[in-house]
Amino acid sequence: MSVLVYIESPKGHIKKTGNEVAYYGAKVAESLGTNCIAVVIGKADNVGNLGKYGVSKVLHVNADQEIEFDSQVFTSVITQVASENGANTVILANTANGKSLTGRLAIKMNAGNVSGVNSLPDTSNGFVVSKSVYSGKAVANYNITTSNKVISLMGNTLQIQEVGQAVSPENITVALPATKLKVIERKTSEGIVPLPEAELVVSAGRGMKGPENWGIIEELASALGATTACSRPVADAHWRPHHEHVGQTGVAIRPNLYIAAGISGAIQHLAGVNNSKVIVVINKDPEAPFFKAADYGVVGDLFDVVPKLTAAIKKYKQA
Amino acid sequence: MNLLVCISKTPDTTSKISFKSDATEYNSDGVTFIMNPYDEWYALVKAIELVEQNGGNVTVINVGPASNDIIIRKALAIGANDAIRVDLENGDAFAIASNIAAHAKSKSYDAIFTGKETIDYNGSEVGAMIAELLDLPYVSYANDLTTSGNISKITREIEGGMEICEVEGPFVLSAAKGLAEQRIPNMKGIMMAKSKPLNVVAATGDALRVKTEKFIVPPGKTGVKLIDPENMDELVRLLHEESKVI
Ligand SMILES: Cc1cc2nc3c(=O)[nH]c(=O)nc-3n(C[C@H](O)[C@H](O)[C@H](O)COP(=O)(O)OP(=O)(O)OC[C@H]3O[C@@H](n4cnc5c(N)ncnc54)[C@H](O)[C@@H]3O)c2cc1C
Repeated sequence: MSVLVYIESPKGHIKKTGNEVAYYGAKVAESLGTNCIAVVIGKADNVGNLGKYGVSKVLHVNADQEIEFDSQVFTSVITQVASENGANTVILANTANGKSLTGRLAIKMNAGNVSGVNSLPDTSNGFVVSKSVYSGKAVANYNITTSNKVISLMGNTLQIQEVGQAVSPENITVALPATKLKVIERKTSEGIVPLPEAELVVSAGRGMKGPENWGIIEELASALGATTACSRPVADAHWRPHHEHVGQTGVAIRPNLYIAAGISGAIQHLAGVNNSKVIVVINKDPEAPFFKAADYGVVGDLFDVVPKLTAAIKKYKQA
Repeated sequence: MNLLVCISKTPDTTSKISFKSDATEYNSDGVTFIMNPYDEWYALVKAIELVEQNGGNVTVINVGPASNDIIIRKALAIGANDAIRVDLENGDAFAIASNIAAHAKSKSYDAIFTGKETIDYNGSEVGAMIAELLDLPYVSYANDLTTSGNISKITREIEGGMEICEVEGPFVLSAAKGLAEQRIPNMKGIMMAKSKPLNVVAATGDALRVKTEKFIVPPGKTGVKLIDPENMDELVRLLHEESKVI
């Protein structure tokens, strides 16, 4: 039985999250001794490049058609493709759209499912995957005991590598069921890596005193090529847009580097960021709880430290 | 409007986390449980608001043991009209969704609301499952909703922005921050909640599809390395050479 990966193509492009799912799926297939097939739905460019991440076949559904996301329609397409291609394991990204699909797919396929998986499965005795639970305070290992399985993958779980060659995609036509949902408008910030995908994140909190001071955070982020984030009170006070809010009630992220300036490190904040690989905390209070969760700490005034860090980054990048 | 709101119980985030039965079960001894904030603050309050505006009825449903009645009474105190508890000790997302869908199938709800996820497992699965079981459209992470006749206009969070969609007829949504404002139950609400109907029904049995092998509490950070604020070159060097993130 093959592994099927569903690859999102927002605005017709496959992004890093998509390549990650392909790479992960290919690894899962390898451990099960089978092959990995990718499915892309609707108009998208360079879909054959997924071959580079290890999938052996790319199925491009209705390649000429622009198809707006509707979980009902996409569930029907993905399960149809899975059954026609003998796939019993479906893997997708734990994104906004992924979250609308995972549960639906599990029902339609009679599958056991785990969402937000953050490791490769252990297939030595069943199919055991892990995910972070209880605000990042524990990891749970789950064994999916059904023969059909659906899992969604947390971003930045594996460092992807090119392991194969681009393939020529196979165009297929699937009749789409009628939709009861219409997307009428979409607003996204252009040119910035969205937080869930970002490898480098610079975040700031109430220690910034006011929205007018964010210039130094943006300069640090741009020197690093990082995405900006913020604590909840900052978003609540409309100092920063809501989509920057990380934590238990905001976005949960796991970048390679999380730099937090003027954030105290409350448990609800940590819940969304403590899976980051490396945490740097800049705070003038040496007793700030965040230092306990940090790898590197700078005790100092952020208005002094952040510009110095920006300068040091620029110097390093030029060298 | 006839609305169904799915509510669940989670440990308060600040609770200590420990496990029992060979690390396969959460140890709830001494833990304070709360109604999952997304269910309470956004899903439930939005449903109450809609009924206040358009008339109708808000039913809350919980799949769980009798000890969950306390959060159900709270939902009634906030303003739900009646409640159902499907009696089940331990359910996974599939068991919970199946039981809710089994109840909803025979009723004609105009919409079913869940929170966007529970704050303990962050599964974000139950709403999507109910939608599939009932063959309804599903909108996740909704932060705005207006209805007019048979058409609902819903804004949902997506990566780095938002999307506005229109749904025809009944639907399922998961509620995110912004959909409504938290309401604190008042004395009158708490008194009235005592006499509102809470019907307990038997669960339909289905085998669990996912088995918890083990919970692991990862070792914390080994200790922060403090860097001299005057020496940011050193921090950059460590980020590059020691932790290799830049
Ligand atoms: C149910 C619930 C859910 C929540 N969810 C979230 C969530 O998702 N995300 C979230 O972030 N919070 C969340 N919170 C809020 C959380 O508990 C904290 O209140 C919040 O994270 C604090 O934000 P902060 O660190 O920016 O502000 P503060 O706690 O006020 O901390 C500011 C920090 O800045 C430092 N500082 C001040 N001036 C300077 C300076 N010049 N230089 C350097 N440092 C300075 C201070 O020492 C302090 O440590 C939630 C709370 C609840 C109850």
